[in-house]
Parts: sequence; C-alpha cells; structure tokens
Amino acid sequence: MKLVIIDYGAGNIQSIIFAFKRLGLEAVLSSDPTVIASAEHVIFPGVGEASSAMRKLREHNLDRLIPDLKQPVLGICLGMQLMCNRSEEGNTAGLGIFDLDVKRFDNSVKVPQIGWNQVYDLSSELFEGIDENEYMYLVHSFYAPLGADTIAKTDYGLSYSTALKKDNFYGTQFHPEKSSNAGAVLLQNFLEMKYQPILNI
Amino acid sequence: MLTKRIIPCLDIKDGRTVKGVNFLELRDAGDPVELAEIYANEGADELVFLDISATEEKRRTLAELVLRVAEKVNIPFTVGGGISSVEDVDLLLKCGADKVSVNSAAVRNPDLINELSSKFGAQCVVVAIDARLVDGKWLVHLVGGKKATSIELFSWAKEAQDRGAGEILFTSMDHDGTKNGFANETLAALSEMLHIPVIASGGAGAVSHFTDTFIEGKADAALAASVFHYKEIGIPFLKIELKKQGIPVRL
Repeated sequence: MKLVIIDYGAGNIQSIIFAFKRLGLEAVLSSDPTVIASAEHVIFPGVGEASSAMRKLREHNLDRLIPDLKQPVLGICLGMQLMCNRSEEGNTAGLGIFDLDVKRFDNSVKVPQIGWNQVYDLSSELFEGIDENEYMYLVHSFYAPLGADTIAKTDYGLSYSTALKKDNFYGTQFHPEKSSNAGAVLLQNFLEMKYQPILNI
Repeated sequence: MLTKRIIPCLDIKDGRTVKGVNFLELRDAGDPVELAEIYANEGADELVFLDISATEEKRRTLAELVLRVAEKVNIPFTVGGGISSVEDVDLLLKCGADKVSVNSAAVRNPDLINELSSKFGAQCVVVAIDARLVDGKWLVHLVGGKKATSIELFSWAKEAQDRGAGEILFTSMDHDGTKNGFANETLAALSEMLHIPVIASGGAGAVSHFTDTFIEGKADAALAASVFHYKEIGIPFLKIELKKQGIPVRL
C-alpha cells in the first residue's frame, strides 16, 4: 500500500484523502501497525486537543510505532506538534522526534491564529517549487518554537517553526490539504520523497 | 504576516444555491460546488455555506453537499444553518467541513459550545451572532434575525468565547442588505474585547466598506454574499485594492 493516513480518531481526515485524490492517489486509512509500517508514505494527521490525541495514540500502540518508522512521515498540524518532546496543551509528553516543547501563544495576539500566513526561510526539498513568503492556511493555538529541525518559519507575535524535518520525519503546522495550490505542491513533494536507508560504514 | 480574510457566503437550500448568481462561466448556476470552485480560484480565503432548508432530508443533503465541496475545494470552509447537536457536527466534520457555525441553538443551549469545543477543538467552532440596535442596546436575535431576545451582544460574545468558541461571526441586522458598509464601531468594540478572531458580516456594498471594516472595525475577516454573487465586486480586484490601502491580504 502506497500512502497510509494514520486513523486514530483525531483529525479532518476526509480533506486529506481528497487532497491526495486531487493528485491522483488513493490513500488508505488505517490504525493497524502492520499496515502503517508497510506503507511507502505515512500521513500523521491531527486536529483537537494534544493530551487526548496522545491517549488515543497509546490506545492503538501507535506512540511506539511512529518514532520507529523508516519511510517518509508527514505530521500535519497537531500531528506535527505531537512529534515534539512535549506540549503545554494538556501538559502531555509527545513522541520525542523533534527536540522541541510546544507552547501556547500568549494573549498579545488573537488565539487561535486562524487564516493565511506566510512561510519563509524555506530550507527543505519539501518546499521545492514553493516561493519564499508563500501563504499557507493555519489554525492553531499552540506552536513549536524555532530549533535545529526548523525548515520553515512563520511570524505571529513571534517567529516559530511552521515546518520541521528530522531524518525521514516531516511536520507542517499549516494544513497543506487546505492551502490551495501551494499546499498541493507540498503534498506532491512529499510523495517524491523516498525511503533512503542510512548506511553505517 | 497573518492576512485579513475575504469570505463569500453561499446560501443553500436543498443542496442548491438559493440566490441567483451572475456568473456567465457557471454551467449550473444552482450548483454550490461549481460556485465554490470559482471563488477558491479567484482567491477567496474561506467559504461559508449557510443551509436555510427546513426539510427532514436536510441532514443528509447537507452532508452530501459537504462531501462534494471537500472533494473539489482546496481552501477551508464553514457550514452553518440549524446545527444543534454534537452528532450534527460530527457528521459534517467527518464529511470534510473545517468548521461549523452555531447560532440560535447555542443561544438556547449555551452548553453546546462547551461540548463542541471540548470534543472537536475550539478551532472549528464559530459562534454566529445576529444582533440589532434596540433602544440603544445591541440585542441578539434568533431564527435568522427574526426573533428578538433580551440577550446583549457583548455579554453573549464574551460568554461564547469563554465557553470555547474559536471565532465570532457578527452580523448586524441593521446593516445587512443595506450595502452601506459594516457596523464598524460595534465590530471594533467586539474585536478589542475578545481575544478570538471576529468576522464582520452585513452591509458590504463597495470596496471601501471592506477597507473600513478592517481598519476602523478591526475585523479579522469580512463576509459578504450578494456583492460577490452578482459580481459587483470581483475578489481579485478587491484584494488588490485592499493591498494598496496597506491591508495584509493573500494575493
């Protein structure tokens, strides 16, 4: 199975299925670790509250599976946040893939941030063909700060990580499936990623 | 920079757009999906579908429509009109809606806001408020603005926020349909009082009305229907004009 969307009861999955369908690809929904582990590409969606989403991941034993995946994995919105060490939302531990602690925006800005904001300092093949300062659609109250794994930034009261990458793991705070043509380009780029085993010489 | 949003609103009855629209390129002027695609391509930032049908079939036809929209449209959209339960919302979100708006049902049962927010997240809960100035007070009205209540706009908006609303969609019944501009003074007071985004609705008739509602009204987004449907204002032109006025928009 080519593309698997992790189905753990959190997220606007239908929109992601349709976004890939527009790219000519049928995605498979699954919470089965065997199916997920055998996919060529994995999407880790997420909408809602962090601690209850982590609880659902644990119920499906996915909290241990996801960090061990070797194929390209794309976390979207809350999915990306859960790939970090911790989240202030519900004070929960995350999957520990990105060495960052997710924090809440302070009230100097309107929370949640809802709408189209710019992404810049793009530094990954995930953004191939996407212009600096392109607009992406965001809906969130919590953010991942800047760090070593940051591959794109957005400003909202402060600069934060709007996309992250470490080894085969990618995450976007924005919703590529809702970000018009630029979002579609990003999803296509993700599909171009191949599993590249790291050789120990 | 986070941009100000332009949101066309489509009234839906039995799965079809209600008001006539003036788009020559439409093959089927009553098909909401086709119209939605055109707006998305023109640069609309979001869409709102307001279902005004009152049939027993409503739940199913609306869910089917949402599924068809989600399949074709690659920008976010909100669905509203008679939504009154967690089950309603669950179905619409599963079909691909990004947000739902609740209005009268939330006034009758304010706990609905808490339930929706805790189950689905504040980001998908828009509380729509219709209000009108009565004897110097902005009073909330129900059933599409027909039924007056004694509930005051500002206290209700604050309560909705505290109960977990992610956005407030405020329609001034005094301005709606007049094409004389939005209720900017009231919008500004709402926007300053709340820490969630405010969508301005009611009164759009000219480009300057949008400029005014973003600057004077401090609105985060502006919603309109007929000026877009009848092509009195084109969305690409509107956004270029807003940009000239220094308002951040997505072009």
